[in-house]
Amino acid sequence: MGEKVLMKGNEAIAEAAIRANCQCFFGYPITPQTEVAAYMSRKMPKIGRVFLQAESEIAAINMVYGAAGSGVRSMTSSSSPGISLKAEGISYIVGAELPCLIVNIVRGGPGLGGIQPAQSDYFQATKGGTHGDHNMPVYVPASIQEMVDLVQEAFDVADLYRTPCMIMGDGMLGQMMEPVEFKEVTKRKLPEKDWAANGLQGRKKHNVINSLYLKAEDLENHNLKLQEKYKLIKANETRYELFNCEEQCDLIMVAYGTTARICKNTIKLAEKEGLKLGLIRPITVWPYPVEAFEKTINKTKHGYLSVEMSCGQMVEDVKLSVNGRAPVNFFGRVGGVVPNPQEILMNVKELVGGVK
Amino acid sequence: MAVVFDRPKALLDIPTHYCPGCTHGVIHRLVAEVIDELEVLDKTIGVAPVGCSVLAYDYFACDMFEAAHGRAPAVATGIKRSNPDKVVFTYQGDGDLAAIGTAEIVHAATRGELITSIFVNNCIYGMTGGQMAPTTLPGQITETTPYGRDVKIAGYPIQVSEMISTLIGAVYVERVSVDTVPHVIKAKAAIKRAFQYQLEGKGFSMVEVLSICPTNWGLSPDESFIWLRENMIPFYTLGVKKDSTQEVK
Repeated sequence: MGEKVLMKGNEAIAEAAIRANCQCFFGYPITPQTEVAAYMSRKMPKIGRVFLQAESEIAAINMVYGAAGSGVRSMTSSSSPGISLKAEGISYIVGAELPCLIVNIVRGGPGLGGIQPAQSDYFQATKGGTHGDHNMPVYVPASIQEMVDLVQEAFDVADLYRTPCMIMGDGMLGQMMEPVEFKEVTKRKLPEKDWAANGLQGRKKHNVINSLYLKAEDLENHNLKLQEKYKLIKANETRYELFNCEEQCDLIMVAYGTTARICKNTIKLAEKEGLKLGLIRPITVWPYPVEAFEKTINKTKHGYLSVEMSCGQMVEDVKLSVNGRAPVNFFGRVGGVVPNPQEILMNVKELVGGVK
Repeated sequence: MAVVFDRPKALLDIPTHYCPGCTHGVIHRLVAEVIDELEVLDKTIGVAPVGCSVLAYDYFACDMFEAAHGRAPAVATGIKRSNPDKVVFTYQGDGDLAAIGTAEIVHAATRGELITSIFVNNCIYGMTGGQMAPTTLPGQITETTPYGRDVKIAGYPIQVSEMISTLIGAVYVERVSVDTVPHVIKAKAAIKRAFQYQLEGKGFSMVEVLSICPTNWGLSPDESFIWLRENMIPFYTLGVKKDSTQEVK
């Protein structure tokens, strides 16, 4: 295509999914992601694909389970309280090793919370978030263009490893408009879905989509297999951006999504005051880009500052990555309050003390 | 020598885990015979529930899914919408379909999903050891209603077939039983018609099958059939509850 169009984040996700050959969308209305479903409802029937508004978030994720299990590329999208409802289905999808895309346009919580942007579902997204030992790749774009690019990537990674993938944006990314270009992306070589339960059609043995293993040893082996898969994903699919970290920094901020963009503005403001700040921007928060810390551990005078729209969730992964080798601090605004570059800079200055 | 009775192709040659006297085996066989007779084994996809029939995915020869508790109609919806040329059925018990999965069955029915639900009603949670089900009869003793189901505390049982038959999208709903040979023959005819309506694209179809649970009822299989006839059939009346292609009295 090659031409730029101005699009709202949520609609851009939907368009990108259609271009990534997503055949089925199952969803339920919830602010601030409803435009994904609305866009899909306009476009999918016209190209012979499936859009279905489910009776609940629970039903929507189970419809994805059914479609994905029969080998069809499918997705759902929601926002925080809806993702909590989908948790059960996500666990079954993980257990049955089904590829699909789950979009979470995060709003503030807990409970009904609010409808303003937040990053407070970090733990839920990166630490399993449902019952059982598991993880899934979680992509955290910082722009609508990146969100669009990551949709194809997430679908491919899902198919490659037989895992659900999540794109986790926040209400800001979902609602704002930016120019985007739908690029021709290099698609990965993907394995045949010979495991799909889509009717025998001449096949001798039936395929079963299942997550039940009644023998303890069998379930242990299944879990070990999942862990092997996670090792592969960690080794091959971890993504991050290092910004302004080439030279020695006074401090390196760590932030993703909308917050990372704000931190880039903080870096500019800091330069005017003679402060050199770097930024580690995870593009996947699971797997977490531990490597970024290895590369920068000797380049920061005052350690790291995790900047979040949550009460200090990602900072735990920062601490694990730094492993006591440098100071790790946290600054966050929550409840839908978006931090501004100045207040982040104020916080940085407190940490770097006398540095001018 | 001519073979007069054999295993349906749609059932695998695997010993089931069902208790002695349980009628799940009979109902499995009826579904399998229907799949054979309609010659749809190659394009049938089944969805097993959570409950006693959780392992049904091991027994049917067609492709199978195991769904989360109560979610089979949603899973079946996802399968059918993405594979409209396939035959899709759910096989669910009363706890699965009428308690935790009430929303899923009601909405699959009202959407007129082209799927068939086989709903096995034995008035009890079998797999977990005999607790009150949404279908447990007033006064019925279970592990969680040790003094009998008190409707003032636990409310009334759900007559699922009557409820589903009120929905426009449901085209065929029949309640059958497998307590006698004539009833088994009728049950098979109902299951066959339900599958046929799906194949003809008419809408959602459901067959409720009254079943026994000797283990958790604490009765012999023979006594269980008598209990079914004396207690279940008066409340869960047999017959076609809805057939959109015909006038039902």
